[in-house]
Amino acid sequence: MTTEMAEPASKIELPAGVGGGGEIPTFNITLRVRRYNPEVSEEAAWEDHQLTMYGTDRVLDALHKVKWEIDGSLSFRRSCAHGICGSDAMRINGRNRLACKTLLKDLDTSKPITVEPIKGLPVEKDLIVDMEPFFQSFREVMPFLISKGHEPTKERLQSIEDRERFDDTTKCILCAACTSSCPVFWTDGQYFGPAAIVNAHRFIFDSRDDAGDMRLEILNDKEGVWRCRTTFNCSEACPRGIQVTQAIAEVKQAILSRKI
Amino acid sequence: MWSWVGHRITGVVIFFFLLVHVLDTSLVRVSPEAYTAVIGAYKNPLMALGETALVAAIIFHAFNGLRVIAVDFWKKGAKYQRQMLWVVLALWLVVFAGFAIRHLSLALGGH
Repeated sequence: MTTEMAEPASKIELPAGVGGGGEIPTFNITLRVRRYNPEVSEEAAWEDHQLTMYGTDRVLDALHKVKWEIDGSLSFRRSCAHGICGSDAMRINGRNRLACKTLLKDLDTSKPITVEPIKGLPVEKDLIVDMEPFFQSFREVMPFLISKGHEPTKERLQSIEDRERFDDTTKCILCAACTSSCPVFWTDGQYFGPAAIVNAHRFIFDSRDDAGDMRLEILNDKEGVWRCRTTFNCSEACPRGIQVTQAIAEVKQAILSRKI
Repeated sequence: MWSWVGHRITGVVIFFFLLVHVLDTSLVRVSPEAYTAVIGAYKNPLMALGETALVAAIIFHAFNGLRVIAVDFWKKGAKYQRQMLWVVLALWLVVFAGFAIRHLSLALGGH
């Protein structure tokens, strides 16, 4: 269905086909959100909203419409809304994605669009989960540069090839989509999880860093890389396209060969 | 993920078969007659279908196990995991079809 938007008349002459907000097609969707409020009920429940959205809208816009126009009590995290801050990872139609990067038109709008909090982390309210266990694992792999010897007076130089070695894992935005898509993490919250291993990989294979062995030792643990069962859920969930399982496999091989 | 789920399920199925298999084979130590009686009881169409399902599980578990090893130890394993899954399924189909045709025609077709 296409509706004409009531736009103020343009003050300048525009050729036909320029501008015109009404050209964006609209469609109706059913947004099915998993609601949970421990102050009201211990049980989480589905809540449906019928919305008219535009072809350019994302799932985040639908959530905004509900929160701003229908029910202000709906709670979710979002910050930049452009796929960089990593705040709005959620389970959309059973898959972990960023709400701000998922266009509604790419989903099946004939069926209700389900939106749930990411799995494996304790839900606090609606779509907000407690990220602390996730960040705890992240901190344990020491995701910062550790170097021995004298501080250089200039910048630390690195060849293009050495930089390329860990380029893929620098893209992580810590949204937890990978870790909360991992069936091992769902049942074993002690597992470091893909995100922590990705961020360890980023420094283990950095030629400027000297604590690779220490990180390999941390990950050479019962709850470390060996918990990975190569289900590839993390690689599919990553909104940044990081080859997460590949990175985990590289860390596994580095532990076995002790060659970085 | 579903290849992993399939691997788990077939693994548990094979485990239970091995459990029963060790028990019925060890019967031969108790008495060869009891062993023959138990093995003879397996010769019915229902068991033939069960054996077919068991072989299907073993073929998948074997080929997918090789794929998982390749993912862990081959440098490009993670990159080609999806292609390898298709290879596993193709091999599974070929081997299982060959087995099923021969086994079921022998077991159900009469001698």
